[in-house]
Amino acid sequence: MTTKTISVLQDLLATNKQAAAAIRQELSSRGILCINLLSSPGSGKTTLLESLADRLRGRYRMAVIEGDIETERDAERIRAKGIPAWQITTGGACHLEARMIGRVLSHVPAAIDFLFIENVGNLVCPASYDLGEDLRCVLLSSPEGDDKPAKYPQAFLSADCLILTKADLVPYLPFDPAKAAAEALSIKPGLRIFTVSALRGDGVDELAAYFAEALERLRSARA
Amino acid sequence: MHELSLIASVFDVLEENARAHGAARVTKVVLQVGRMSGVVPDLLESAFDTYKQGTLAEGARLEIVDVPVRLRCSDCGGEAAREDSDFSCAACGSRRVEIVAGRELVVERIELETDGA
Repeated sequence: MTTKTISVLQDLLATNKQAAAAIRQELSSRGILCINLLSSPGSGKTTLLESLADRLRGRYRMAVIEGDIETERDAERIRAKGIPAWQITTGGACHLEARMIGRVLSHVPAAIDFLFIENVGNLVCPASYDLGEDLRCVLLSSPEGDDKPAKYPQAFLSADCLILTKADLVPYLPFDPAKAAAEALSIKPGLRIFTVSALRGDGVDELAAYFAEALERLRSARA
Repeated sequence: MHELSLIASVFDVLEENARAHGAARVTKVVLQVGRMSGVVPDLLESAFDTYKQGTLAEGARLEIVDVPVRLRCSDCGGEAAREDSDFSCAACGSRRVEIVAGRELVVERIELETDGA
């Protein structure tokens, strides 16, 4: 019997990173901007998408991939807005992985501008998985508290943009948007920050303009 | 809580290497786990112990190498480890820093046992 030690140095996320790179290339060649929405359950991802659907209508075309542990509910809400949506039910898994997105990709119509991915509600695990997105947006709703960025640094560090949601509730809560923003910026300088109330529509146009600028950049880089 | 799916990836690596080296058993696995990797070492150990039953790594020991966060400053070029969640340069205080270590989830090395001489 012999024993030997082998140096492996293999990244456990390598397979996911390769799949994500392939998705990014595929979508970019089609001129589609992909946006990964990441946050706790109940922070308002689906409601924000409904509001974006209303605001973008007639100017941009969007599609949505919904990730949840169970049910088609979120995809049904998006379809009710006339937006193509696919539900991925992970059956218990706490995050989406790139290969799950890869399986849906062939269904995504060629003639769209934005592909939104609504990740499984969780501020921890989804942060580790690149889905091939161009922009990663973290949502933080006012009822969650302004102390969350430092408690979940990985999510904020990996983000391009922070969306403070449920701004309409701020007057009733001990939530200081400036404190949340400052804490997030101390973790990730340069983070773009938006404040929205998806129910009232406040701030959603500014967010849509940010996505439109990123889409322009993607398409001019491709041209 | 995605430790189990990560351990499933560890076993893909183990099986591939055991096959390539004609090994009968895996006796030790060394994993590098960065402090910013988003996983909990204790949960990785429980997942490993559950997953290994009935596999070629049934008797294997998991060793976790803790990798602290290291930042490199884009302004002064300094590089240092950070213990807390303060993502600024220890030397000049700049926030334009790049994380150069601490996100690892890497199978560093494994110990294999081969039957026969």
